[in-house]
Amino acid sequence: MGLENLLRGSVILAKLDEVVNWGRKWSLYPYAFATACCAMEFMALMGSHYDLSRFGAEAVRWSPRQADLLMVIGTISHKQAPILKRVYEQMCEPKWVIAFGACACSGGFYDNYATVMGIDTIIPVDVYVPGCPPRPEYVIDAVMKLQAKITGKRDKK
Amino acid sequence: MNEKEFPVVKLKEKFTDEIIGEDYFRGDTTVIVKKERIKEILSFLKNDEQLRFNFLMDLTCVDYLGKKSERFEVVYHLYSLGNNWRIRIKVPVSEEDPTVDSVTDIWIGANWFEREVYDMFGIFFKGHPDLRRILLYPEFEGHPLRKDYPVKKRQPLVGPSDWKE
Repeated sequence: MGLENLLRGSVILAKLDEVVNWGRKWSLYPYAFATACCAMEFMALMGSHYDLSRFGAEAVRWSPRQADLLMVIGTISHKQAPILKRVYEQMCEPKWVIAFGACACSGGFYDNYATVMGIDTIIPVDVYVPGCPPRPEYVIDAVMKLQAKITGKRDKK
Repeated sequence: MNEKEFPVVKLKEKFTDEIIGEDYFRGDTTVIVKKERIKEILSFLKNDEQLRFNFLMDLTCVDYLGKKSERFEVVYHLYSLGNNWRIRIKVPVSEEDPTVDSVTDIWIGANWFEREVYDMFGIFFKGHPDLRRILLYPEFEGHPLRKDYPVKKRQPLVGPSDWKE
């Protein structure tokens, strides 16, 4: 980098998108749309043992207008579907969605008159976390995958 | 005569023609009655000095599709707080005329029970002050706890009507 040497290391050159996305990646503001038992795992995830704040996503906002990561945690019924859609629409761009648990991904073991068969019938989903409920490690993995998606880099195996 | 039979005997004295059957299974007293005078029967059970079945514990319904001549049975579970007695009243209801008199005048708590039975089974309660769906949304088609409701039936994705723009 000739220019950086010319300026004697007083500046760092980078692409604007990469800098902005680097900032977004480490400052996710989750909104917990918690409807069912998976919320217990969310509490464990946010607690000191698993500690999602290590990934910059510790500040849970209880208003969708202040959040950019929607975590749908639990079963969504038909009666609740329009509420979820409205919450999603209230969030500012850019926004991401994690389907947390089997019910949010696909309806889980519910196949009845009341349950929505996966939230992707209502809103777009970025990362699916299977499990009933998923262990906190799964969700940490999902957040890391989302971070890779935000920066546009493929997750390295 | 013991406490299990005593309420039945009293009912038989007063409502001879209304009683269809009685049953004592594992200590539970069940009386099957006709639906025409159900309000009078329940009111008598509640207000009689000796019986005092003053607590409506549960009001629900059973669908006996293809098993009984009258398809539905509305079930009332009563409890006497003073006597520590329980009794179950069953009312057969036909599919052609799925109506029963509402008991909200006798127990105000029957309001939501009857709405739930209407929601899930499509039984109409005559005289109910506000017979709307309680758990499902107004656009829902059918009554899901009926035995002929298709298991795999998918409802269109709508929600409560007041959420629509």
